[in-house]
Amino acid sequence: MEKRVTFRGWMLPLLLIAPQVVVSVVFFFYPAGQAIWQSLFIPDPFGLSSQFVGLGNFEFLLSDPFYRASFVTTAVFSILVTLCSMIPALFLAVIADRLIKGSGVYRTMLIWPYAVAPAVAGVLWLFMFNTRVGVISWYLGQLGYDWNHVLNGGEAMGLVVVASAWGRISYNFLFFFAALQAVPRSVIEAAAIDGARFWRRFFTIVLPLLSPTTFFLLVVNIVYAFFETFGVIHTITAGGPQQSTTILVYKVFSDGFVGQDLGSSSAQSVILLVVVGLLTVIQFKYLEKRVHY
Amino acid sequence: MARETHGMVEKRGAGLWLTHVFMILGVLVIFFPIWLAFVASTVTQQEIIRPPMPIWPGDQFLVNYKNALFSGVNVPVATMLFNSLVMAIGIAVGKIIISLLSAFAIVYFKFPFRTAFFWMIFLTLMLPVEVRIVPTFEVVAGFGMLNSYSGLILPLIASATATFLFRQFFLTIPDELAEAARVDGAKPMRFFWDIVVPMSRTNIAALFVILFIYGWNQYLWPLLITTDPEMNTIVMGIKQMFPSGDDFAHWPTILATSILAMIPPVIVVISMQRLFIRGLVDSEK
Repeated sequence: MEKRVTFRGWMLPLLLIAPQVVVSVVFFFYPAGQAIWQSLFIPDPFGLSSQFVGLGNFEFLLSDPFYRASFVTTAVFSILVTLCSMIPALFLAVIADRLIKGSGVYRTMLIWPYAVAPAVAGVLWLFMFNTRVGVISWYLGQLGYDWNHVLNGGEAMGLVVVASAWGRISYNFLFFFAALQAVPRSVIEAAAIDGARFWRRFFTIVLPLLSPTTFFLLVVNIVYAFFETFGVIHTITAGGPQQSTTILVYKVFSDGFVGQDLGSSSAQSVILLVVVGLLTVIQFKYLEKRVHY
Repeated sequence: MARETHGMVEKRGAGLWLTHVFMILGVLVIFFPIWLAFVASTVTQQEIIRPPMPIWPGDQFLVNYKNALFSGVNVPVATMLFNSLVMAIGIAVGKIIISLLSAFAIVYFKFPFRTAFFWMIFLTLMLPVEVRIVPTFEVVAGFGMLNSYSGLILPLIASATATFLFRQFFLTIPDELAEAARVDGAKPMRFFWDIVVPMSRTNIAALFVILFIYGWNQYLWPLLITTDPEMNTIVMGIKQMFPSGDDFAHWPTILATSILAMIPPVIVVISMQRLFIRGLVDSEK
């Protein structure tokens, strides 16, 4: 789409666009270029010189069992986070949608966790499940279950998944609720008159009508789980135990800043760039479809 | 027949009651972690380290919050709150300004390399900080911006999302307005200030809510570039309050800080709920 009426001149628009372009070049394109460049080298341990290795860093990464394990961890983590945040959100939105009055009050209450930073959410959940003082771990202990996410990788994964999904329930709820409100009442009433009960109406009419929102949320939540959950993992498990919660983004951080392995960390950044690129393309493909629809 | 009609679309009677029960249960479950943190921020450390901790608030509210705000662990929480405020407002205002300007240039002018610039901005969508941390850190360190507000704000300020949002909106402004301005001999910037910016008020406000929370909740970036505790933001500073050894963390202080860390974004979200939802839906569209 273009404007029919435009102003003349080219100095002014270049000046107007300059701040954004400068910031993008300095903090986005130059670092991204650096990441690609550094991914082709292995620096010596003293950082004095580096040796060109071509795709060596990538070859090494893809054959590294820890890196492959991190891929699997990321996949498991993001699928679980997506499911654990979307299903309760849909359930709550369906219930809220059935209320004539009062849904606004519940909505206000449910929005809260969205404003809580992932890192703060991590602290809250860590507190509840802390092995020494946690309330929930204490009650689990009373029931004879010995909770210890510091040693047990599965429990650690469960905890970071729940802590990451928690705040997202609010977000997904808002989108599902808006989509449900947009479902034409007449269609549902017609089905009700034909004798379709609630759950039947839900699965045959409402859920298909929600599919654009559901698909959108799937992509957005996967992106969230990939890139925005660093705070949760850093506060609760720091990637442990035995790397069982080291997702890809966490590994870029721990190899690059803690391990000081710049070549490998850069190669991982490049791989992540490809992943983000793919996810963005999927998102836009879907957007185009929705616009045409 | 009667059985079928009573629950057609909205529930009434017993069904309605049940719906409220489910809803309240849902809210309680979602709210529980926040409540527990609040309770823990009002009791003594002794009450916490001998589990189970109480479920109702104690009488240490003032003591714990005063201790957190003015002493903290490494640095007073008041300092971290101030840093977070500067960072969040800096990011939100900065993003809005540079996006308004560049969207105005892209929509209302034809100039060399316009499409190239547009795609360049578009590409930044694909480069979250998390992906380019090491080189971005080196750039910021090279500029000597570690432990500074500009280092906290500038790298997060370029936002394709905001630019697109304003571009979409500007395209809906009737051409007649620009035409009239041109006929009257108004300079482009005059048109920008008198017509475009006032018309974008709601979009600006909605975006501000979203971007404020985005800036406030940043974790990884402040963690990397603020090595001086005086520059820590509250969200990243909480983790720094945990002892590294086997000692007990001082939970009342840590959880009071957590509550303080969530208050500003919660206030923004709740008080500007309509704008927030609008901003959320717009910026993700």
